[in-house]
Amino acid sequence: MSSKNAQVSYGIRKAKESDLPAIMTFDERSNKGSNPRYWQEMFARYGDEESKQLFLVCEEGPEIVGFIIGEVRDWEFGSHPCGWIFALGVRPDVRLGGIATQLYDAMCDFFKTAGVTKVRTMVYRKNHDFHSFFRSQGMMAGPFVQLERDL
Amino acid sequence: MNLQQSTLLGLYAVLELAKADGGQLSAAAIAEKFGVSINHLAKVLRTLVRAGFLQAVRGAGGGYRFCGNTKRNTLMDVIELFEPVSIEGFEDRNLVHGTDVEAGLALALVEITEMMQATLRSITLGTMLKIMERKKNLGL
Repeated sequence: MSSKNAQVSYGIRKAKESDLPAIMTFDERSNKGSNPRYWQEMFARYGDEESKQLFLVCEEGPEIVGFIIGEVRDWEFGSHPCGWIFALGVRPDVRLGGIATQLYDAMCDFFKTAGVTKVRTMVYRKNHDFHSFFRSQGMMAGPFVQLERDL
Repeated sequence: MNLQQSTLLGLYAVLELAKADGGQLSAAAIAEKFGVSINHLAKVLRTLVRAGFLQAVRGAGGGYRFCGNTKRNTLMDVIELFEPVSIEGFEDRNLVHGTDVEAGLALALVEITEMMQATLRSITLGTMLKIMERKKNLGL
């Protein structure tokens, strides 16, 4: 998979373990206290060849500039099987260049191939950039409401 | 959520002009399309010009042109010009007597307001144009 955007050529491919250090430099959660072990576990779970999980990266030349992770989940909370996007990141200096859209589209293609017809994600209410991005892809509030309480 | 008439007119005008993709429309044309008084619309348009969403084009054949940023400007940006959608001062307004009833209700109302704010802040004018296009293509 490759494409051209604003005269910059990006390639999208499955993640390799050697991509993790680059991803950690711009994953927002890493900056807030996540750690290499978290990413090793993510790669072990989602970077393999399972037919229901996918961990993609976007590269510009030799550099990793974005990633997305998703999986097909079956009958969660009584829902029909659907695709879940639960991690997405683009290096800050190349944002607004269409990279997230390409990653999102590639993930949706994977979900379609896997046989599901719905894609979902969950976004922190005050993260307006992420929220706006998913809205711009046509996503709307779904039928489920996330609830929580302190224990 | 019930928006005030001025707020709705502001949204109508901004979206109609953003849809025009750099083209201009007269106040009369917008007023006629949405069945509103031109006087009321004129006040709304002035607010939108002052806020930098629209540019007034003078002279014969003049009108208004969208000059905002469809990728950055959100529904909330327009709405806030006309009415408050905020939880600032919410407790002062709603916990007047310091009762448990007020406190419980305030929690629920803050949740609703925050959800509404998140939705309005996440929908850019560009996203709205896409939604409008999709609805049009579906014949809705």
